[in-house]
Amino acid sequence: MSVDAKSMLSSGPGLALPTLLLFGLLAVLALQTGIVRPGSFSSEPGIGPETVLVPPHAYTYRAAGDFQRGTAAIDGPLITVPAGASLEIMTYQVSATDYARCVADKACKPAEPRRHGTGNVPATGVNFDDATAYAAWLSDRTGDTWRLPTVAEWEFAAGSKAVDIGLGRETDATNPADRWLAYYEKEAALGANALATPSPLGSFGTNEFGLADLSASVWEWTTSCGGRTTFDTAGAVVSHLDSCGVRILEGAHRSQMTHFIRDAAGGGCSSGTPPDNLGFRLVRERSWVDGLRSALVGLQRGLGL
Amino acid sequence: MHTEDTLNLSRRTLLAGAAFAGVVGSVLGSVPARAEEAKKVAEATVTDIDALERVKIDLVDPPFVHAHDQVAKGGPRIIEFTLPIHEKQLVIDDYGTTIQAMTFNGTNPGPLMVVHEGDYVELTLVNPETNSMQHNIDFHSSTGALGGGALTLINPGEQAKLRWKATRPGVFVYHCAPGGPMIPWHVVSGMNGAIMVLPREGLDDGNGNKLSYDRVYYVGEQDFYVPRDDNGEFKTYDAPGDGYDDMVKVMRTLTPSHVVFNGAVGALTGDNAMTAKVGERVLIIHSQANRDTRPHLIGGHGDFVWASGKFRNKPEVDLETWHVAGGSAAAALYTFLQPGLYAYVNHNLIEAVELGATAHFKVEGEWNDDLMKQVAAPAPIA
Repeated sequence: MSVDAKSMLSSGPGLALPTLLLFGLLAVLALQTGIVRPGSFSSEPGIGPETVLVPPHAYTYRAAGDFQRGTAAIDGPLITVPAGASLEIMTYQVSATDYARCVADKACKPAEPRRHGTGNVPATGVNFDDATAYAAWLSDRTGDTWRLPTVAEWEFAAGSKAVDIGLGRETDATNPADRWLAYYEKEAALGANALATPSPLGSFGTNEFGLADLSASVWEWTTSCGGRTTFDTAGAVVSHLDSCGVRILEGAHRSQMTHFIRDAAGGGCSSGTPPDNLGFRLVRERSWVDGLRSALVGLQRGLGL
Repeated sequence: MHTEDTLNLSRRTLLAGAAFAGVVGSVLGSVPARAEEAKKVAEATVTDIDALERVKIDLVDPPFVHAHDQVAKGGPRIIEFTLPIHEKQLVIDDYGTTIQAMTFNGTNPGPLMVVHEGDYVELTLVNPETNSMQHNIDFHSSTGALGGGALTLINPGEQAKLRWKATRPGVFVYHCAPGGPMIPWHVVSGMNGAIMVLPREGLDDGNGNKLSYDRVYYVGEQDFYVPRDDNGEFKTYDAPGDGYDDMVKVMRTLTPSHVVFNGAVGALTGDNAMTAKVGERVLIIHSQANRDTRPHLIGGHGDFVWASGKFRNKPEVDLETWHVAGGSAAAALYTFLQPGLYAYVNHNLIEAVELGATAHFKVEGEWNDDLMKQVAAPAPIA
């Protein structure tokens, strides 16, 4: 990146006048040449999704995957990021209508939702590969780079709507049932909060950053892999193995899911509470042009325009 | 209304024909060829009913079972139950799929009744006028009149009282059987339950050793046949009769849309999971009024299993999975030996996982390393 978007965003209102004029000129140039498209990220109206720019902030999240100390299963460690970088992410989950456009272009396989729902509902019944294919298609159609978020990015953007799946306590290492039962009850409580049938976009409100429908009836694919980390009693990593046939889903309770599964719910499962529906939302990679735009918006606000 | 009247008439006609056939059959087959048969006939002779003690039982919703003695105290009694019939909409999965259910006592399955061999069951069947259809009850455990069905056919606004003698110990299905095509439709709309007739001296292993239980759960398995619209979505109906034609078409495929325990996917999981403690002896009653099934306790066993459900037969021991014929109930006794989460499933795993036939037990207690221990936790291959 030739321009540091974060520093510009944070320092926008305080920029010196010459810099301001330079950016003004650049902005006019960008608008005239079509590099920046006001009001839409897309040259095709309706294709570019609505996004929010999550501002830099500190956040803490639980590492994804399976963790054990010796032979005892434990919560994943909490990771604190003192200054998370700003992130542009879709306001809503990808809608069924938008996903259908990718299918119509023969770039995505048809979704297989267990229940469609009515109205402008999110795409459900999509697997990790479908979500990745959609991101590639959207990138191609818009000229921007769209991709699934990592677990860290999702947690950063979800803010207060992120759900910690840690038990927050040590369990009896000599009795594995202690952890199974505690986790079963926690998951059951988290999974029972909404009707599983997909509801229209926006039905579940927004978080403090403007992201809608987090941790409700539709779980969201991330690009993060499953895997296992073993610590010794001193907390040092003894072994770690990624398992990328499995990807992490974020939502009402974080889940690991084989990448080709479109319907995790089934009619029940041998233990635990499965996600109700599988969907996704994408992040947009920020380019230097975006940094410029953000700075301009900041300047406009700073100048009271 | 005219159509409904005609339907009712044809149903009654069908039922009357069936009842007649039943009587002929029983006359031809009633010559007691063996001493055992003669004994049964003698047992069935009505004694001085009026002199017997009467007990009124309040039924409870499954999977729970009303309080009862495992070993009978004293002689035979008259056990009174009142069973109201409720036609009501039930939600059968997490997606809000509904059926216009027909239920005994408002639940699917209907409540488990418990009596002892030699007791008289006196059932008051109530069909409130808010219902739209004729109903009755056929007890597989009773003898004669289509299991009582021919004596209990009641219209909305009516009630009937039936007394029958519990002569055969075991667990048995009861269900609505109002004649002709109404029979399977009522049953797969939820109208079935079970009764347990305990031996007066309680259960035993067939080798002279008494068996008892600390808890009893009643799992009623139900196959539902919910029609779909042109988009593949499950349809909803305002009243039972509205969905009849569509549902029969699905029923004829013999392919259920849902196979569930206790009325809905997840009715016995999560917050509603059944509970037990290590060392407790748990009796699991499993009924299926319409279709074969095969219960299995993942991580456990059946210590003593009456797969056919009849207690004069010696129970099988150490079972992994047991077969329950459609239209019957089974009883399995198990002592939990390890704590943890157990899945209790129909071990056609497609039906368990995809269609809903899964329940969970949460079992608390101390882990037994002798029975099982993780010798090496998962780690990269050395």
